[in-house]
Amino acid sequence: MKIFIVFIGGFLGSICRYMVSGWFPSHSGFPIATMLINIVGCFLLGWLLTTLKLNKNKHLFISLLFGTGFISSFTTFSTFTIETIQLLENQLYIFAIVYVCASILLGILAAYIGYKLVGFKVGENR
Amino acid sequence: MIWLVGIGGSIGAVVRYLFGQWMTNRFSNKLTFPFNTWIINLSGSLLLGLLANMYVEKEINDWIWYFFGIGFCGAYTTFSTFGMEVITLLQAKNLRLAVSYIVTSIILGLLFAAGGYFLF
Repeated sequence: MKIFIVFIGGFLGSICRYMVSGWFPSHSGFPIATMLINIVGCFLLGWLLTTLKLNKNKHLFISLLFGTGFISSFTTFSTFTIETIQLLENQLYIFAIVYVCASILLGILAAYIGYKLVGFKVGENR
Repeated sequence: MIWLVGIGGSIGAVVRYLFGQWMTNRFSNKLTFPFNTWIINLSGSLLLGLLANMYVEKEINDWIWYFFGIGFCGAYTTFSTFGMEVITLLQAKNLRLAVSYIVTSIILGLLFAAGGYFLF
């Protein structure tokens, strides 16, 4: 049953990634789609996991469907690395450096904002 | 095409989940360093490098690329869990581990992807 829930989440997450990457054709050669997907996914996972942690009941279903399944499949590390290699292959060195640094820094920042956002809400309620 | 991406992606997600479960059972959460995601992201980078090279060289069909490349490898590897694990390490004031996790994931990830892409 757990495997089935992850399966469904992974299915939807991958399809969303595929559709979103179709909205941002990279004429410039810069892989803007994967970068945005990864940053948004980091924010969502940071927010979701912190929310689930605060609510003491273990929402295993939600965690598996949206966390392990959807968001984790929506974001991707392998596409990120291979796109960087392809930028280097095409001698777009500046793009490669900007892509790696922006993805990592903004991704981690987004996860942190998602995590902090839950903290602020809890603070307001008190 | 969208179905190929979806099915490949759901299998990638399940393999990632089962590997994580297996690692947790095997090492019973003794590990502070997030080896699950680390291994997954490096092996996925190698596999996608291999597939991307074969796709560019037209050695594999479109459907194999959509199923295994965009679907399976895309969903098997994950950027969001990586980001969240960095935050968790930073929260635990494990700055050294957080930095080594980030640096090794990127450098080795790029080397594995390049290895798959250029060597085979």
